[in-house]
Amino acid sequence: MSFSLFGLQVLNGVEQGLLLFLVASGLTLVFGVLGVLNFAHGSFYMLGAYLAFWISAGTGSLLAAVLIGIPVMASLGFLVERLAIARLYKRDHLSQVLLTYGLVLLFNELQRALFGNDVHGVDAPRLLAFRIPLGSAQEWPAYRVFTAAACIAVAALMRQVILKTRFGMRVRAGASNAEMVEALGIDVRKLFSALFSAGTALAALAGMLAAPLTTVYPGMGENVLVLSFVVVVIGGIGSIKGAFFGAMLVGLSDTFGKVLLPGLASAMVYAVMAAVLLVRPRGLAG
Amino acid sequence: MIRRALLVVLALALLAVGFTGDRFWLQFMGKAMIGCIFAMSLDLLVGYTGLVSLAHAAFFGISAYLLAGLSNHYGLVSPVATLPICLAGAAFAAVVIGWLSLRATGVYFIMVTLAFTQMLYYLFNDAPGLGGSDGLYVNERPFSGRTTAYFAIWSALVIVYAVLLRVLHAPFGHALVGIRVNEQRMRSLGFPTPRYKLVAFVIAGTLAGLAGYLDAALYGFVNPAEFGWRQSGLVLMTVLLGGKGTLHGPILGALLLTFVEHYGEQFTVHWNALIGALVIAVVLFLPRGLAGLVHARD
Repeated sequence: MSFSLFGLQVLNGVEQGLLLFLVASGLTLVFGVLGVLNFAHGSFYMLGAYLAFWISAGTGSLLAAVLIGIPVMASLGFLVERLAIARLYKRDHLSQVLLTYGLVLLFNELQRALFGNDVHGVDAPRLLAFRIPLGSAQEWPAYRVFTAAACIAVAALMRQVILKTRFGMRVRAGASNAEMVEALGIDVRKLFSALFSAGTALAALAGMLAAPLTTVYPGMGENVLVLSFVVVVIGGIGSIKGAFFGAMLVGLSDTFGKVLLPGLASAMVYAVMAAVLLVRPRGLAG
Repeated sequence: MIRRALLVVLALALLAVGFTGDRFWLQFMGKAMIGCIFAMSLDLLVGYTGLVSLAHAAFFGISAYLLAGLSNHYGLVSPVATLPICLAGAAFAAVVIGWLSLRATGVYFIMVTLAFTQMLYYLFNDAPGLGGSDGLYVNERPFSGRTTAYFAIWSALVIVYAVLLRVLHAPFGHALVGIRVNEQRMRSLGFPTPRYKLVAFVIAGTLAGLAGYLDAALYGFVNPAEFGWRQSGLVLMTVLLGGKGTLHGPILGALLLTFVEHYGEQFTVHWNALIGALVIAVVLFLPRGLAGLVHARD
C-alpha cells in the first residue's frame, strides 16, 4: 500500500468513525441516563437519510433537507419517548429490547410504504462537488472533508453543552444517578424527553450527512445500529469519551478490513470487539 | 394436571397431522413445531437463567449451513451421521460465543450477542461458496419424504420437551433460576455461576442447532436472512408472547405466531408492521404472555 493510499484510508476511516460517533453518542447517552437500550436508534438514522433523499429531491438542496429534517426527527423522537419509551423506565431489559424491536419493524414498514424498496442516490451539495488532490495519485471528495468537519463541529458543540450548560450538568448528573437527580427536585421527565429527542436528532443528522456517501437503502439503519452497539461495548456504556474512541477504532478497523481482507471485512470489527472484551469486559472507559 | 392433559392432547393432535399426508399441513405444522423447539431452547436462557441472548438465530443457522455443506460436498446425508456433526458444530459455536459474551453482563451481554450474530450473518452472506444472499439448496435431504421429516420433527419436539423438563427439575435447573433471581447470592453460596450460565448457554445453543437442522431438512434450503438479528428478535418475541419462564408458553407462542405470520402475509403486504404492533402490545399489556393470562384465570 502506497503512503498516499494509506493516508486516504486513514481519512476515510476517521470520517466513518466520526459519523458513527454521532449515532453512538445518542445511543450511549440515552442508555446512560434513561436506562433504556434503544434498538430503534438505527431507524432514526435510516429515516434521517430517507428524509434527506426526499426533501433534497424536492428542493434540490441538502441544506434545506437538514434544516427541515432535524426538527421533524426531533419531534418524532419526542413522540416516541412520550408514547412508548416512557413506559419502559421501570421494566426489564427484555421488555426494552422487544418493544424497541417492535418499533424497528414499524419504522421499516413505514419506510417501505413511503419510499419503496429501491436504492436511491442523493447528490452532494453542488458547492462541494469537487475533489481535493492528495499526493500524486489519490484525491479526496470535498464532501467527505465537509462531513468530517461537520461531525467534529457537532461533537465540539456537544462537549460544550454537556460540560458548560445547566442542561448538560443535569445530563451528567442523570448518567451517574437519575434517582438522586429526581430527589433534588429536577423534573427528570422533561430531561429524559429532551435528551431522547436530542439523541434522535443526532442519529438523523448522521443519516442525512451519510446519505450522499452511502446512498439510501432499506435496512441501512440496522447495519449502523449494530456498529454503534460495537462502539458502545468498546467504549463503555454512558461514556461519550469512550464512544468517541470506540467509534474511531471501529471506523478505522472497518475501513482497513475492507482494504486488507476484502472477504472478511465485516468480521474485522467484531474481532476488535472480542479483543477489547477479553481485556476489558466493561469497555475502554468502564 | 389440566395443563399436562392439554399438552398430551396437543401432542397427539400434532401426531395425527402426520398421518394426513397433506403437503401444506405437514410443511406448516412442521415449521410451527420447529418454532416450538427453537423458542423453548431460548426460554431456558431468557425465562429461567435471565440471560437475554440475541445470538440464538446464529446457532440455528450454523447447524443448517453445516447440513447443507455435509450433504452437498461430502455426500453425507443420513441423520445418524449428519445430526451429531451439526449439533456439535452448534455446540462448539455456543461455547466460543458464550465464553466471550458471558464476560459481559446485563445490557452489554445483549449487545455483544447481537454483534456476534451479525458477524456470523455477514460471514454466511459474504463467504465464497455459501451462496451469498441467495442461500444454498440442500441437495439431498436427511429424511426421505415429507411425512418422515414431519415425524422426525414431532419426535424431536417431544424429546426436547422431556429433556428440558428434566433439566429444569434437576438441581441444575434450580440453580439457573437462582442465578436469575440473585446471582450474587448464588455465588456466595458457592455456586460457580459463570460455569452454570455457560452450560445453560451451550445447551440452549445446541437445541437451537437442532431446530436449524430440522428446518434445513424440512425445506431443503438455507438462507442467511433467516439467521440474522431479526430472527433472534422474533424468537425472543415468541417466548414473551407465549410466556417466559414456562415450557408450555413458548409452545403456545410459536404455534400462534406461525399462524399470525402465515395469514398476516396473505392479509397485507405490510404484515411486518402487524408483527411490530403485536410485539409492542404484548410488551405493554401482556408482560407475562399468554401463559400468564391462563394462570390469572386459574
